[in-house]
Amino acid sequence: MQIYLPIAEVSVNAFLLLGLGGIVGVLSGMFGVGGGFLMTPLLFFIGIPPAVAVATEANQIVASSFSGVLAHFKRKTVDLKMGSVLLVGGLLGAALGVWIFNYLKALGQVDLLVKLCYVLFLGIIGGLMFIESLNAIRKTKSGKPPARKKHNWIHGLPFKMRFRVSGLYISVIPPLIVGVLVGILAAIMGVGGGFIMVPAMIYLLGMPTKVVVGTSLFQIIFVTAFTTLLHATTNFTVDIVLAVLLLVGGVIGAQIGARLGVKLKAEQLRILLAIMVLAVCGKLALDLLLMPSEIYSIGAVGGH
Amino acid sequence: MKRLSALFCALSLMCLPAWAEDVVLGLSMDTVSISTNFDGSEILIFGAVKREGPIPDGPELEVIVTIAGPSQPLTVRRKEKRLGIWVNIDSVEVDHAPSFYAVATSGPLDDVLSEVEDLRHKVSVPRAIRSVGAPSNIQDAVSFTDALIRIRSASDVYQLSEGTVSVDEQTLFRTAIQMPAALTEGKYATRIFLTRGGEVVSFYQTTIDVEKVGMERWLYELSRNQPLIYGLMSLAIAIGAGWAASAAFSIFRA
Repeated sequence: MQIYLPIAEVSVNAFLLLGLGGIVGVLSGMFGVGGGFLMTPLLFFIGIPPAVAVATEANQIVASSFSGVLAHFKRKTVDLKMGSVLLVGGLLGAALGVWIFNYLKALGQVDLLVKLCYVLFLGIIGGLMFIESLNAIRKTKSGKPPARKKHNWIHGLPFKMRFRVSGLYISVIPPLIVGVLVGILAAIMGVGGGFIMVPAMIYLLGMPTKVVVGTSLFQIIFVTAFTTLLHATTNFTVDIVLAVLLLVGGVIGAQIGARLGVKLKAEQLRILLAIMVLAVCGKLALDLLLMPSEIYSIGAVGGH
Repeated sequence: MKRLSALFCALSLMCLPAWAEDVVLGLSMDTVSISTNFDGSEILIFGAVKREGPIPDGPELEVIVTIAGPSQPLTVRRKEKRLGIWVNIDSVEVDHAPSFYAVATSGPLDDVLSEVEDLRHKVSVPRAIRSVGAPSNIQDAVSFTDALIRIRSASDVYQLSEGTVSVDEQTLFRTAIQMPAALTEGKYATRIFLTRGGEVVSFYQTTIDVEKVGMERWLYELSRNQPLIYGLMSLAIAIGAGWAASAAFSIFRA
């Protein structure tokens, strides 16, 4: 069934969008990532104009994250205190990121920078997570209990706060910095930032994996809602029909994903996310390295 | 408009007094409505040639029909390999490229229209695109406009259909033009040329309105006129849908 999108001004298959939304929603609920880093390239691929894809994707992430976070609230796996600290940092970072983005746009080549950012961060994060979770799985198999680092330099910083749900007593400075950095990257790369946030929470802050997912979703809702409003009022690129089609699949998928996530072990969850991140990274890297079939591209004047 | 067509009449009379032929046109529709289930549209263009005297001797009458969507300026970029990766290096601005362009003719374009007439009336696809200033460092600006035509022809946004206009008794003609699903709104200029021996003997112009209707229209207007309300509405739908899915699933589990 073909549906004409009023803002994107293209006609697309409704079932295809429902399906895409559903798959990305499952991943979102399972891993606590918004799924933007997967969905945005997929939308480009089916012919949605990039500006509309990025803006509408933000709106869809609000829906799937909200659906996912409710499931996590029921299981009490959301650290509201930690989420709020991260959010404060995230909004600061997002504002800073938009400024950097516009500055780079004036220099040209912002497209390339975004892609390089993706390849670099997806590669590093995916690689590290993959190795770490592989080691963790090996250790559990050999019978030794997984060793959790009790103390590192992070525990020496001032302004300590107790995060009861995460079982942490650490300084607020590291989560704030993580929030700001993720906010910057999210604004430049046009995604919610969950795929950076989740590993940062696990490895830098030492939060338990089960709490990480709900907390990440909690802060993504606010960052992407902010982005959606910004895009809707400045660029007029949020396509509500596209968003509805994606989010109907997305919210259902997120519910299924959140339940699947409970059944999997933490290491398995992490290794799956790592493989997915590496796959997207590999695809983007190949696009940059191999000669494209069409070396010319058409864009709006001044835009990208 | 009337004055303009009068001028054209006068011009064609002045140039070619022996071949006073005019177009009487019919369209299957003069408005294309884009509704939610819009999936492209076929427009039937038909008409007759009105003349005072007998059919003139000499070369056969040929007909060319063009439909052009609203024009916009574009940037065409070209990638090159730098430090092992493919990046956009050169770009050329095309300051006038129709969002849609279809040419249908009654025979091979080179036969039915001379080079000079093509230049004057900008009929063929390359002529319909205007690109003036390529930066001085780019020697092959033509390959950029060629690429534009190649990419858009591949998605049927630019069409050249030779021999698809049927002409009966040098008087009646008809053709069908397929408009793709990805149409932008606007006035689509529709032109009919009557040619003999490559020379344009008569010319007729009208417009087809392409516009969104119903919900498409309403949403589009809202997003432009009340962007904040539109944005908040999008968020409300997102939050509502997220909550509804969560509620529905907890019922299933209970």
